[in-house]
Amino acid sequence: MKNNTLLTVDITTCFHCGEECSNKKIAIAKKYFCCSGCKMVYEILNQNELCAYYDLNKNPGIAQKIKVRADKFEFLEDPTIAQKLISFTDGKQTQITFYLPQMHCSSCLWLLENINKINKGVVSSRVNFTQKEAFIIFDNAQTNLRLVVETLTAIGYEPHISLQDISTNKVNRSSNNRLYKIGIAGFCFANIMMMSFPEYFSIGGYLEKEIGIALRYFIVALSLPVVFYCASEFFVIAWKGLRNKFLNIDLPIALAISITFLRSIYEIVSHTGAGYFDSMSGIVFLMLVGRLVQDKTYRSISFDRDFKSFFPIAVKVLQGERFRAIAVDKIKVNDVIQIHSNELIPVDAILSKGKAEIDYSFVSGESLPVYKDVGEIVYAGGKQLGGMLEMIVVKEVSQSYLTNLWNKDIFKNEKQSDSTIHTLSKYFTIIVLLIGAIAAGYWYSYGATQLMWNALTTILIVACPCALLLSSTFTNGNILRILSKNKFYLRHPDVIEDLSRIDHIVFDKTGTLTQNKKVKVTYEGVELSNEQRSSVVGLLAQSAHPLSRIIHEHLGECNSDEIVSFKTVIGKGIEGWINEQHIKIGSDSFVQNKKTIEGIESEGSSVFIKIDDTVLGVFKIKNSYRYGFTEVIQQLKSKYKLSVLSGDNGDEAAYLQSVLGSETELLFHQQSEEKLEYIEHLQTVKHANVLMLGDGLNDSGALRQSNVGIALTEGTNNFTPASDGILDASQFSNLYQFITFAQFGRKIIISSFVLSIVYNVIGLYFAIQGTLSPLVAAILMPTSSLTIILITYGMSEYGAYKQGLK
Amino acid sequence: MSIIILIVAVSILIAGGFLIAFLWGVKDGQFDDNYAPPNRMLFDDTQKIKKIKK
Repeated sequence: MKNNTLLTVDITTCFHCGEECSNKKIAIAKKYFCCSGCKMVYEILNQNELCAYYDLNKNPGIAQKIKVRADKFEFLEDPTIAQKLISFTDGKQTQITFYLPQMHCSSCLWLLENINKINKGVVSSRVNFTQKEAFIIFDNAQTNLRLVVETLTAIGYEPHISLQDISTNKVNRSSNNRLYKIGIAGFCFANIMMMSFPEYFSIGGYLEKEIGIALRYFIVALSLPVVFYCASEFFVIAWKGLRNKFLNIDLPIALAISITFLRSIYEIVSHTGAGYFDSMSGIVFLMLVGRLVQDKTYRSISFDRDFKSFFPIAVKVLQGERFRAIAVDKIKVNDVIQIHSNELIPVDAILSKGKAEIDYSFVSGESLPVYKDVGEIVYAGGKQLGGMLEMIVVKEVSQSYLTNLWNKDIFKNEKQSDSTIHTLSKYFTIIVLLIGAIAAGYWYSYGATQLMWNALTTILIVACPCALLLSSTFTNGNILRILSKNKFYLRHPDVIEDLSRIDHIVFDKTGTLTQNKKVKVTYEGVELSNEQRSSVVGLLAQSAHPLSRIIHEHLGECNSDEIVSFKTVIGKGIEGWINEQHIKIGSDSFVQNKKTIEGIESEGSSVFIKIDDTVLGVFKIKNSYRYGFTEVIQQLKSKYKLSVLSGDNGDEAAYLQSVLGSETELLFHQQSEEKLEYIEHLQTVKHANVLMLGDGLNDSGALRQSNVGIALTEGTNNFTPASDGILDASQFSNLYQFITFAQFGRKIIISSFVLSIVYNVIGLYFAIQGTLSPLVAAILMPTSSLTIILITYGMSEYGAYKQGLK
Repeated sequence: MSIIILIVAVSILIAGGFLIAFLWGVKDGQFDDNYAPPNRMLFDDTQKIKKIKK
């Protein structure tokens, strides 16, 4: 009992980052820290009287366990690199925007805006929290770019600087245009509506004629900005579509707007009526709002990352006697480069010094690091886990294996799909044009030309598929909002529809079905005595095989006796003599001298231990699968075909097959191109609509090729390959619900379209007879739009509730 | 009845005032970031904690 209470008290969390501290050694004035990095940040803040950082939020910091190399930012002193990063300089002051993905709370905001207390050269600092950016102006006389970046890094906010920052031009992300348009359209709409009231209610001739005419001209003036400015995007998109021989929904809308406008002008000039300006500006306003709701972007998430945003901006290159930081794109063949621990290798190169322990999981999907010795070639894209390396460059960045992979055509083609609303609007337009022609022909045959024109134009006005546009934009907008609340971010509203059509789901294994960098080691057999344990550890220490490393780590450090002799058999295991005992560690066939029985039980890799002549037990190393993995598969299995593509070895094939079912295809050792080809095969031969889930650079081709490619990530700050959507790994268990919800979304759009047809039929009933008065139009328009907006909102909320989404 | 014209003119002016205020807000970036400004407002300018002695 006493022990228990002691234990709970004993858990101390880091004052800076809130992580659990392993001991109380690192402390200042009863404040404990998990690592010296965190303590250092605290010291800096304390020195500069910035400890309010800790008062605003509890443990607001970011863990500082991985130290940043002191000369990491040396490359920022290179003026050509610096010039590409800064946004403006006049020689005295420099302005620059940093992307700081660590930003997460109001403490971050406060600290970053008070950065000038630490670095006196900073003139001002302003944070844009939604974009996770800090706009900093600094004084060139007092500080420089490198010092500013180092100040930020010292307090735990290392700016993300990648090759992409210098190779692409900064895109102006101002999306304010639509807000301007909505503001102006709303203003004009409301005033036109108000000025139209006297007209509607002046049946008994209340209004004096002059005033009535004056008001009409006011209305015309107010409608001009609506047509020529606010509605301009409909005309532009329609024209673009026409040029590409693609009939999009904007075309009938643009047609309807222009005909309504012309006809209304005619009515006013010829004193035959008041026109439909109020309905027209109202619909433009609502459609713009719909598009705004639908196109709401997630500014801090980028869907278009290519390998460049993962690459470092500079690498140390040997020049004369010492290494200097050089921009990556300036590296030439035969240069000698230096790669530090935890850095990405940007070029294909031959190892000339050091021991490479490279994590290729990102490029190839292999879960275990690869070991390379001096003289071996190392391909770009791997991350060095061990110590420092020196390498001789064989291929420049622009020609490396990885870059070639990226330059395949698939990455250059824009995906284009024929969505439901475009197809529906196509038929809709054709049918309406037919009705118009018939009605016009009918009146013409009676010789009523005036009535004929009247009927034709009003039919075209009614024919505007605005209700269709409204229903799809508001439905999509709300679905996107609900999905993003559930940490599933889609690049474009069209993805919802693509998602609703899929019938085949392809998974990547490493990092997608399994958790990144997490393996489960279990031991079965006779418990090892301390002496045996230390012997095993001693022998394992001699082996560089990834599995030995994992078991070694699992068993922990032990003092072992001297190893007399040992022998490694590549691909099998290791044996040796310690303490006059013969120890064998390795695969089943190696240890037991018998043929391997192709594992029915084998779930993952097994490593057997034999001391002298007895097999003591077996270590089983399994990937740990994501939370809810089996449940999700059970749900998906009944409705969709499934496949697994893995760049990893087939150790876990048996386990996966048992969960996924015998019909599921499992492919291992898949290269990036093979994955892409497999998806292509599914699409062309089996006519499948493929959903691909992946996480690494090796999946990027396949993600791009599939109908819907979704990248899984364990934190939206992490970098994900280009994809149609980003799904937070914690929400993986909701995958089935997400797809069902997307399908429900399509049902909402279609049913509200049916409703809008009912409204259109009512409108057409008046229009064919040539009696669609502005009053009828003014009543019909808002009722139809409002009911559709309410219905789409209500139904999508209900759909989310039914799927158990937030 | 010309009072109606006057009323219309005045109402457009008032509504125009709101429109300009809105456009100004958009241009000023009021809708760009809806986290930083409300939090920034709460920070005390003189918020300083005395150095904690080691």
